[in-house]
Amino acid sequence: MDFLSFKNCESVALANIPVLDFADFRDTLKDLINCKNCRVSVFTVHGGKLYAVLLDPAKHCFKAGATAVGASYPALTNDIPGVHWFEREIFEQCNVIPENHPWLKPIRFENSDKPGVTDYFTMQGNAVHEVAVGPVHAGVIEPGHFRFQCMGEDVYNLEIELGYQHRGVEKMLVDSPAKLRNHLVETTAGDSSIAYALAYDGVISALAETPRPDLTERARILRTLALELERIANHVGDIGALAGDVAFLTTSAYCGRIRGDFLNMTAQLCGNRFGRNYVTYDGVEFDLPNHKLAAFRDWFERTVEDFKNAWLIMSDDPGALDRFEGTGTVPNEVMREIGAVGVAARAAGVDLDVRRDLTGIGVYDKLVWKCALKKSGDVIARAKTRRLEIRESIRMVRALLTWLESSNSPVSNNATAPEQFKADSLAVCAVEAWRGEVACAVFTGKAGNMERCKLVDPSFHNWFALALALRGEQISNFPICNKSFNLSYCGHDL
Amino acid sequence: MSEHTLNFILWCANLIISLLAAPLLPGIINKVKAFYAGRKGPRVLQLYYDLAKLMKKSSVYSTSRGLIFELAPWGSLATVLLMLLLLPAACLASPLAFPGDMILFVYLAGCGRMLTVLAAMETASAFEGMGASRECQFSMLAEGVMLAVLAALVLLTRNFTLSGALTSLTPAGWFSGGTAILFLAAALYIVMLCENCRVPVDDPETHLELTMIHEAMILDNSGPELAAIHYSAALKLWVFGVFLATLLLPDLAAGSWLEFVIFYALIFGMAVSIGVIESVMARYRFLKVPQLLAGALAVALLGIVLIAIFGGGFVK
Repeated sequence: MDFLSFKNCESVALANIPVLDFADFRDTLKDLINCKNCRVSVFTVHGGKLYAVLLDPAKHCFKAGATAVGASYPALTNDIPGVHWFEREIFEQCNVIPENHPWLKPIRFENSDKPGVTDYFTMQGNAVHEVAVGPVHAGVIEPGHFRFQCMGEDVYNLEIELGYQHRGVEKMLVDSPAKLRNHLVETTAGDSSIAYALAYDGVISALAETPRPDLTERARILRTLALELERIANHVGDIGALAGDVAFLTTSAYCGRIRGDFLNMTAQLCGNRFGRNYVTYDGVEFDLPNHKLAAFRDWFERTVEDFKNAWLIMSDDPGALDRFEGTGTVPNEVMREIGAVGVAARAAGVDLDVRRDLTGIGVYDKLVWKCALKKSGDVIARAKTRRLEIRESIRMVRALLTWLESSNSPVSNNATAPEQFKADSLAVCAVEAWRGEVACAVFTGKAGNMERCKLVDPSFHNWFALALALRGEQISNFPICNKSFNLSYCGHDL
Repeated sequence: MSEHTLNFILWCANLIISLLAAPLLPGIINKVKAFYAGRKGPRVLQLYYDLAKLMKKSSVYSTSRGLIFELAPWGSLATVLLMLLLLPAACLASPLAFPGDMILFVYLAGCGRMLTVLAAMETASAFEGMGASRECQFSMLAEGVMLAVLAALVLLTRNFTLSGALTSLTPAGWFSGGTAILFLAAALYIVMLCENCRVPVDDPETHLELTMIHEAMILDNSGPELAAIHYSAALKLWVFGVFLATLLLPDLAAGSWLEFVIFYALIFGMAVSIGVIESVMARYRFLKVPQLLAGALAVALLGIVLIAIFGGGFVK
């Protein structure tokens, strides 16, 4: 029996999702992931069933299937390494034990007072030493614990323990009044506010009992604009941070300032540098009126020029390039196997981009752009992928600003957000945030209430890739590897 | 007043100026970097304020530390002070000079390092252990370059005192042995970058423990001890500035004011050049640092070859 296909931002009745017996489920899953190029978007246990929602880039749709599980089931990680982290989450969150899982430990320490207090992978030997970094770091960054097994300067294994930022977002979302949920979702990972707001909005509109009228043209343009500005700002900041880590002063200093400029452009749109409360159910909160477009475009073009120069200084410098080239390599096959997403995956030649692979979010199908792709999978590839994405986003922003001039629609379609949803349904929405795919899945109950809200941050897929990037690497290269991924702690910890 | 007494007074005056002005060097470096970054940057006098602040504080100690941890900062400050005493002021030889003191000079630096490394090991921290291991690895290589430079100096000047060798070059000697001296200065400059933990070897600005060398070793220090460490770092930079400046400066007329002006200009110029290097260069990966130091050794050996071929008689 095959999985059920459905579109991004579309709801399906839970009853329509095929329930396969376990062997069948496993084989279908293996076939879809290993042979049909599908990737796991959501993988969780709900109501005694194990649900898998895969993204099928070839068919531009999701594929969902389920199987009944009791208190335990044979772990799938051994066949499908991409669900490694998901099964650990299931073990912790749903009290279902994936048997024979190779490394079954909690990922967020939700049920413990002491995150990070656990058994670690260790090495034995006289010359071996262990380096523990964090959870309190020297810079102003989020908490996470990194345990290195080293021999001299060489790292043999890195284990990453997270969970210090766990605050129960998913549970809070279910328990909160509808009006508060938007805010909660936006603060899941504050640097991806727009992406999260869009993902949540996609799910809610799909589950609304009375279908939402189409968003106005202007609203769709402005939402896309905000998402691309978010992408540019964060990528610029990351490139600056990479330069900072190799003590390359100029690019680091300039990019810090330029990132601020792009954030301020988002503030120009909606009054908040991170775009909080910009995305609303009926469209967007504020318009960018046509008489302000010329000034906005001037500002944008000037900042873009500054960024190009800042990048050129670094990309011309052999010393900086030497630090990045061949550092922290994760090859294509590994990235595919562990199901990495976003910039990190594309830097290793994994051709995935939700903006292209799915419809339903923004106006990407009407814009001319290319998916950024690099092959080598090292730090420089991740930096250059960001550079390419910035270039494509700049093209998109230019086109969107021109489009706005000729568009006369209002920004709101006057729809009101639903308090009740379709009963016993599932809706999934994926958005390409600047790190990669943000997925939001909502299961509703019999009364049309929100029973479960599952958020999957791109970092959730990618943290393991960082651990692999460090194998055989110099421990002093950890900071640039880490910055080149720049994963979210709070987005992972929820 | 005899010339001898006057020179002694001038040398002492320079010593006092050195002790007072050394914390200016990091301030100048940071100003240059701020200029490149388009920032205002901290005040040139910032280190003085920091030192005053730290002296007022009390120290915090970890439970694993022992006696060495408490004494090492003062011990390594003492070694840097002694290094300064062996150096000439502009072209005035140190009154404490004795034949063979250049070996003492090198090993004073080694002693200071040994104390810092032992203190770092005493904290039983993984970061400090890594910093100590890196410090030993790189300074071991830098020491060889330093000894090669000193050997070349002896060959050039036939003088076995450090300040004698550094001050005995005449303007005429500059014209014949100048190429060799430039080679030695280049090698010494790289040693200076390594010994003083500057880019491209180390990054004094970084907050990333895993990439630190010198900074990693002092993570546990605080209060007056940290002040001593910062001050001796600035003083060590000054010591290398004096070394470089006197190496480049020929004896125009002992004790003339012009000589002192050029002398101080060279020291502060070195600080500016460090600032420029830190602004336009990325830091090397650790595996490349030994290559850099091996390159410096090659440059110093080339200097020796030049001296051996063209001779070094042109000294006073």
